Amino acid sequence: MTAYLARVRGSAATIAFLLPMLLVFGLFSWWPIVRSVVMSMQQTNLVTPAEFVGPDNFRAVLADPLLSTAVQNTIWFAVLALVIGYPVPLMLAVVMSDVRRARGLYSLLAYLPVVIPPAVAVLLWRFFYDAEETGVFNTILGWFGLGPVPWLEDPSWAMPSLVIEATWAAAGGTVIIYLAALVSVPPELYDAAEVDGAGILRKVWHVTVPHLRGVMLITLILQVIGTAQVFLEPYLFTDGGPDNATLTVLLLVYDYAFANTTGGDYGKATALSLMLAATLALLSVAYFRLTRRWSE
Amino acid sequence: MSTLLQHTPDLEPEPEADLAGPAPRRGRRARRTAPDGETRTITSAFERRRPLTRATRALLNGGLLVFLIIVCLGPILWLAKSAITPTQDTLRYPLALWPNGTDWENLRTAWVDIDLKLYFWNTVVIALGSWAVQMVVAVTGGYALSILRPRGSRVIYALVLSTMFVPAVVLLVPLYLTVLDVPFVHWNLVNTFWGAFLPAGASAFNVAIVKRFFDNLPREIIDAARVDGCGDFRLFFSIVLPMSRPVLGVVSVFAVLAAWKDFVWPLVVLPDPAKQPLSVRLPRLAAVTELDVVLAALLISCALPIVFFVVFQRLFLRGGLEGAVKG
Repeated sequence: MTAYLARVRGSAATIAFLLPMLLVFGLFSWWPIVRSVVMSMQQTNLVTPAEFVGPDNFRAVLADPLLSTAVQNTIWFAVLALVIGYPVPLMLAVVMSDVRRARGLYSLLAYLPVVIPPAVAVLLWRFFYDAEETGVFNTILGWFGLGPVPWLEDPSWAMPSLVIEATWAAAGGTVIIYLAALVSVPPELYDAAEVDGAGILRKVWHVTVPHLRGVMLITLILQVIGTAQVFLEPYLFTDGGPDNATLTVLLLVYDYAFANTTGGDYGKATALSLMLAATLALLSVAYFRLTRRWSE
Repeated sequence: MSTLLQHTPDLEPEPEADLAGPAPRRGRRARRTAPDGETRTITSAFERRRPLTRATRALLNGGLLVFLIIVCLGPILWLAKSAITPTQDTLRYPLALWPNGTDWENLRTAWVDIDLKLYFWNTVVIALGSWAVQMVVAVTGGYALSILRPRGSRVIYALVLSTMFVPAVVLLVPLYLTVLDVPFVHWNLVNTFWGAFLPAGASAFNVAIVKRFFDNLPREIIDAARVDGCGDFRLFFSIVLPMSRPVLGVVSVFAVLAAWKDFVWPLVVLPDPAKQPLSVRLPRLAAVTELDVVLAALLISCALPIVFFVVFQRLFLRGGLEGAVKG
């Protein structure tokens, strides 16, 4: 009898401990995930009752002339971020890992931009990117006889400007990840490489970098997934302009759902986000498959 | 984006560790130390004694430090300078240091006249509320999944982890509609702080870190407590929680910072300006306010996160990447 009571009390306690997690995940994660699939096939605007429309939302999104602009811009952002942003934290981390005095100060400085609220950073950088000759960056470029650069005002400069700020804001986090991984390089490998007569650069190339391959793969995928969902920078810097040059997929999702003029089309918004999510999932699966062979 | 890129440290329990203590804690991340106490990195002690290598390293390390100071700290210092500079000076000589004196009044104008204090306290409330919800969910959930382990807990854990692979973007609209009309109870949480707090709790990263930490707690202590007749609640409050300070600290600092930085979700869920946090309000204010006051407002908005980061830097900087990167 007492054993039975204890068991009942035990399971009551278990449920009590599980409940917050089940409620919060159920209501604010699992249910919205299920709902997004349902909603993508519905016509919903919260005024009239939801109506099942099958693949109409997907068709409407695919027929939107802005979609290809948004997709191209998002890919362009991701490519630029890869070219400009991906090598930076790696190089910083490799050099930092060999600093022997005050390494804490280096990581502190490198991580500092990460803690600046992105909205603050963008507003600050928007001022730095002033296209006038007296703008902050243009003044600095002027010292070297360069510029002035039109930055955010020019369709071809706008996206690189966004990427530079985004790299500044995010690199520190990746540096910390690399530094943590660099600590685990077995010292014997460096010793062995030295015995074989390897210099410093060869050690970096043949010991350090290969050891980081797994982490580099993960940061690469995280970066692609992150950049594919870029929203804040184009929204706050340029609001998709100039001339839709920075209109990204997520900005289009936001416009479908919440913009004042065209908003309220929740079905289309979810359909587009699902397509983006599916693309990302396929991308990471394909990537893992392709690279598993050489990362083993 | 931020939730995906946010890295989460890989912790192991160190029950006797004193976070504030002066003793260097290296744990299992320790490098192998050479007899002279030096740690082994890319260059060897021998190489560092060679004149050419020595000069190159000095140049590289010094150059890197200067680079980091200019690039990472520079914009913040510039902001601090310009926040107390009259608008005309900032526009005409953006890089000069107070050509016509300072204007401390900017900070007061920003705080009082454009009502920054209201948005500042909104941000504090949102950060603390999101922190509390995340803590409760992660700690109770982690305890149930790791220590109590009821039937089906593996399935629940798998479902929790699977949300990590659903990009936040997919959830934006359905989550908004859910918060607009919460299932079963039919509350409308839009324009309430609960609308900001509760979805923050659904963080699979938090649950995973806490669960893994609990998994690594010494079983003997838990078994001994059980044998002594310790119930689920007492085990939780008297044994497990007191041993969990390291992981609670890490989850806390990342939760508070993430809430302070968050933009998209509060933008969507708090359309009422009187409820909005700094991140959401600043862009609107910037459009209608004089530049020097805007810059003062930006400085005030990032001052607390910076202080917070400097104070808790050890928790932020001992990174790793959610267990996927283990050695």
